[in-house]
Amino acid sequence: MIKNTARYIKSLFLLELIKGLRLTGRYLFKRKITVQYPEEKTPQSQRFRGLHALRRYENGEERCIACKLCEAVCPAVAITIESEEREDGSRRTTLYDIDLSKCIYCGFCEESCPVDAIVETRIFEYHGEKRSDLIMTKEMLLEIGDQAEEQIAKDRAEDAPYR
Amino acid sequence: MSEDKITIEVDGNKLTANSGQMLIEVTDANDIYIPRFCYHKKLSVAANCRMCLVEVEKAPKPLPACATPVMDGMKVSTRSKLAIEAQKSVMEFLLINHPLDCPICDQGGECELQDLAVAYGGDVSRYHESKRVVMDKNIGPLIQTDMTRCIHCTRCVRFGEEIAGLQEMGSLGRGERMEIGTYIEKSVSSELSGNIIDICPVGALTSKPFRYSARAWEMVQRESIAPHDSVGSNIRLHIKGDRVMRVVPAENESINEVWLSDRDRFSYEGLYSDDRLKTPMIKNNGIWEEVDWETALEFVRDNLVKNLSTHGSDQLGGLASPTATLEELYLFQKLLRALGCNNIDSRLRQNDFKQQESDPIFPYLGQSIEALEKLDAVLLVGSNVRKEQAMINHRLRKASLKGADVMVVNSVDYDFNYAISEKIITSPSEIPTALAGIIKALVEMGDHAIDDAVQSLISHVTVNEEHRSVAKKLSNAKDGTVLLGNLATAHVQFSTLKSLALVIAKLANVKFGFLSEAANTSGAHLAGVLPHRGPGGEITEHPGLNINAMLEQHLRAYLLLGFEPELDCWDGHKALRAMQNAEFVVSMTAYQSETMQEYADVLLPIALFAETSGTYINVEGQSQSFTGAVPPVGEARPAWKILRVLGNLLNVEAFEYNNSEEIRDEVTRVIDNVTLESEGNWSLPDTLMDKQADNGALQKITEVPMYRIDAMTRRAQALQNTGDSTGSIQINSDLASSLHISEGDTVVVEHEENTISAPVMINERVSDDCVLVQAAQLNHAELGAWYGQLSLRKAGV
Repeated sequence: MIKNTARYIKSLFLLELIKGLRLTGRYLFKRKITVQYPEEKTPQSQRFRGLHALRRYENGEERCIACKLCEAVCPAVAITIESEEREDGSRRTTLYDIDLSKCIYCGFCEESCPVDAIVETRIFEYHGEKRSDLIMTKEMLLEIGDQAEEQIAKDRAEDAPYR
Repeated sequence: MSEDKITIEVDGNKLTANSGQMLIEVTDANDIYIPRFCYHKKLSVAANCRMCLVEVEKAPKPLPACATPVMDGMKVSTRSKLAIEAQKSVMEFLLINHPLDCPICDQGGECELQDLAVAYGGDVSRYHESKRVVMDKNIGPLIQTDMTRCIHCTRCVRFGEEIAGLQEMGSLGRGERMEIGTYIEKSVSSELSGNIIDICPVGALTSKPFRYSARAWEMVQRESIAPHDSVGSNIRLHIKGDRVMRVVPAENESINEVWLSDRDRFSYEGLYSDDRLKTPMIKNNGIWEEVDWETALEFVRDNLVKNLSTHGSDQLGGLASPTATLEELYLFQKLLRALGCNNIDSRLRQNDFKQQESDPIFPYLGQSIEALEKLDAVLLVGSNVRKEQAMINHRLRKASLKGADVMVVNSVDYDFNYAISEKIITSPSEIPTALAGIIKALVEMGDHAIDDAVQSLISHVTVNEEHRSVAKKLSNAKDGTVLLGNLATAHVQFSTLKSLALVIAKLANVKFGFLSEAANTSGAHLAGVLPHRGPGGEITEHPGLNINAMLEQHLRAYLLLGFEPELDCWDGHKALRAMQNAEFVVSMTAYQSETMQEYADVLLPIALFAETSGTYINVEGQSQSFTGAVPPVGEARPAWKILRVLGNLLNVEAFEYNNSEEIRDEVTRVIDNVTLESEGNWSLPDTLMDKQADNGALQKITEVPMYRIDAMTRRAQALQNTGDSTGSIQINSDLASSLHISEGDTVVVEHEENTISAPVMINERVSDDCVLVQAAQLNHAELGAWYGQLSLRKAGV
């Protein structure tokens, strides 16, 4: 009996509705967190895992030594490497492909790399019109590395104490 | 080692062992793992890595399991605190100087040190001083060194001394400055050298052709059989994608133990040679066209049918390489015989076919390969077994080290890696006389009842001390053998040699056998790729022509399977002329060459050993089947499939096979009841002399260099870069000085109206008044027959 009366009063005065509107109203006047992408962008961590890049040493020598640990560790089997002995006797890749349509951006490749050659950059805005556009070759990866090296080096340096 | 059984206790398990066994042998046999680097079951115990330290009750210190003989009631713990502590400490010492370059090391992923470092190594190094650096040595085109990685286990040094028989590697310096290397800067030349890659527990010795090309975890491993000698070593092919990346031995105690010859290990490079034939080709009005299989096979059928109807089946000849599989060889002869042609042969490097009807079914070793190491006297006739059948030589070496007398009768004083107790080095034409001398010495020694044929043959022979000594050692042997090698098979008087050698074996009461040449020489004989015998040795009613006659009579059409006539035949010159004069030549080949395009009319690309399923029968009659491990290159197909379709196109009956196993089962039914027999029912010749009168002219000796043996080996680049493939004309210094020739001079060699000029090499091992010519070289092939008289003079004189 009492239960029924309470429900009657609640529905008569639209209490539930007002409660909901109060929440809506609170957010209506609160500071907005919506980002107007692409004019605005969210901040990124230095550990952001975006598009891959292959780095070089300062003297221009590619870092990758074709140890194939990234290929072995990759859970999505997205990396394909072929290697050979370069003329100067060093171990180098002849093929280093990452299939972005397979990649799950777990960052294991970066973690396994003994020479910090393969890294994931902050770049996340890219697309492909064909599936084949999403296969990154060694040349493409090195170029990304060359372009983003400043940021990559800065991020690694900042993150170094935690590694 | 005594056979007393004792009981020991390891980690609480009661184990039975033979007294005198080392602890590690007992634990290995019982699947209890003790870490080790220097111990290897086929090598002597060095106990210098100390990794196998274990705790033994009542012993004051941990003891190395590899050098501790077991004793009754011994209590061992391999995982106690003391043992683990000791092993960890050893690991820390080993890692002091080992570089941290696993990411670029080829051994990474299959490295014993890496594995054990994960199990026993610390995660942080306490060593802060500078690490040792050792200069790499260049030890030849097969093995890459990175000596900084060496942990001085000395397995390679012991392998050289104990197995290869060449003390090429050694340790120099002591303590911190100890280095493993070659004593003098030179390359390792053993025919088994590749095994040090396998036994090296770290990445100090790795394969040069394989360098940096793949990782252990990327490859799949498939079993196969080695295709380059009659031993039939068991191998594992390591495959990445569709490509054979390397070859390693598989363990088979009765055949190759744990070793593999370099030829079988590195020949895989030939699979991917640039001149691999990838599509069928036909010659239309003198112009080569690439065509599809249907067109090519119909072209073969049309031309064969035309040829057979105009010239008859007598004008067709079939020659097959004994490196083909049993299935391929069987279909080859079945197809030809169905066409009414008995001109079939696979004895490419033989010339004397007299008494072939009395031959055993196949050239059998006369014993098992394993039994060779128990022999106490061996007489090798015309054999360079060390280069020709390296794994058999290894057995003979083991016998020799146990005190067996190994004796040779050769035309070249070949270098053996063990002591040869008697050797008779003489010109090819004198070899029958030398054998007759041994017979006479045997007859003189005992009161043997000998028949008149023997009596009359040896009556004019003079016996010398060497003959007597060979005879004595052979007849005193409890377990001896006479073996005929490749050079005897190729000899112009092969029939004389085999009958004389058999007489020796019978008089001395020892076994008799052949060291046949190719992977499937036995299989080719059993499959009936012979003019006078069908499968299983069944006698053919109308024997066809042997290879010699086939090439001499210039038949109208030839069907070739898997070889290059100019390089693989006994008389390359004659073979090439025969091919050029033929109207229609079908070559089923894995490779194309300019010479081949000149004479052939159809080239059908065939799959090589790793690409096809099949069976090889080795010299001891062991039949070993294998499956295809990788798809054939390009449009190439297994030869059995090509022959099968060809059979269908030619409407041959009972040619419906769906897989190679069906063919194998059909052959096996025929050859299953063949008894292993090495002795033939040969009669002795009337004379020991060759038909050509010996007028004091120079004699030609021909050998096939180890790495020129077949088309695939000839295209394995790393092997070609070793010293064992270069072809040269060789004479000894006596002959050189009498002709005023010095090393490197260009000489003109004339033989059977053919002339070549080539640089000469001085080799003291060549017997007097003989010229050693290496076969399977295009320019040397021009010289024709392998034996006979030739003239040699300095060029420009």
